[in-house]
Amino acid sequence: MSAVLDVFTFAAVTAGAFFYLAGTVGLLRFPDSLTRLHALTKADNLGLALVVLGLLPRVDSVLAGLKLVAIWLLVLLAGAAASQLIAQTVIRRRPEP
Amino acid sequence: MIEALNIGLALLVLALGAWTVVARDTFAATAGFLAYGLLLTLVWVQLHGVDVALTEAAIGGGLTGALLIRAAAKLRKTETAARAERPGAPTRLVAALASAAVTVALALAVLALPDPAPTLAPEAMANIAATGVGNPITAVLLAYRSMDTLLEAIVLLFALIGVWSLAPDRVWGGRPGPLNRVDPNGILAYFARVLPPIGIIVGIYIFWIGADLPGGKFQGATIIAAMWLLTIMAGLTDVPPVSRTWLRVLLVLGPAVFIAVGAAGALWAGAFLGYPDGFAKPLIIVIEAALMPSLALVLALLLTGAPERAAA
Repeated sequence: MSAVLDVFTFAAVTAGAFFYLAGTVGLLRFPDSLTRLHALTKADNLGLALVVLGLLPRVDSVLAGLKLVAIWLLVLLAGAAASQLIAQTVIRRRPEP
Repeated sequence: MIEALNIGLALLVLALGAWTVVARDTFAATAGFLAYGLLLTLVWVQLHGVDVALTEAAIGGGLTGALLIRAAAKLRKTETAARAERPGAPTRLVAALASAAVTVALALAVLALPDPAPTLAPEAMANIAATGVGNPITAVLLAYRSMDTLLEAIVLLFALIGVWSLAPDRVWGGRPGPLNRVDPNGILAYFARVLPPIGIIVGIYIFWIGADLPGGKFQGATIIAAMWLLTIMAGLTDVPPVSRTWLRVLLVLGPAVFIAVGAAGALWAGAFLGYPDGFAKPLIIVIEAALMPSLALVLALLLTGAPERAAA
């Protein structure tokens, strides 16, 4: 059982790390602010979700697991709000076509 | 494996620190400093200093970062003029030599430490039962070295008075910062409605848990200050004029209670800031509960800055 959980943790955290890597590459390589935001939110949402999912079988108590999930939800909320604000500023400052 | 991570972390911190110093653009340097603060938080976690890590994340990275961003935004207008000014070669040489001398002195001091390093940790743990708290950091901050914490709270108050004194005469006693006009149905207003209930609970939890686990009033107060600032930035509430009596009473409440408990200690426990036997824990809770709102207010008001609008 524990071996299965180990494999699950390994796979999920690795997949999460992959999304972080992809998000970082996007942040560095994409041409403008909006596409860079798009890359960044994937790392926040999916990357962190997979890392949290992978760590869940390793927590000592239900409360610790709930805290991990709460952290993910708070990052989702903050990330979504912050990227909306950045995107609004980008659009407002865009020169009229 | 973990060693490689630690070495990578140390190199990243050094590189970011160097970049923050070298960056010519004020805003870029500030962004570097923010990331530097977050990485430093990870370093403290790796050193098992979770209390310090929490403080670094809340105050070193978060609050100081926000202060610096505000300062950078205000300096935007003069940025090009400031960059055109280049100090002469002698000034730069002296600055470089002074910085190098400080670095060498620090390095020598660290290398000259005896091995094992001198520590008071065993004594701190041996007497912790007398303080009634379970977290040795809290015991140091509010029992063994409570004088430092008292002075720290008073220094913050002085800093706030210093910031206020930058106000022009006609707005003295007025409201700090510009009026925030934000779309009342926008995402910022939504965020400022959803997050504070959660943030306030987290702030109080971190304050309360500080007695036995990493946490405490400073970290908790920073989170609560951040929640208040968020509602101010979203235009849901306004900063009170700094001449309000209730505001000033709350600001001095924490240090005043601290000094009162300290003076009582001089009478009943034989020393200023001493606690009578058996009363350490309740008195510590009284001091922390009084300090927390004062600290949250001071930290938030430091960020909103000097009064800019006349009190109406």
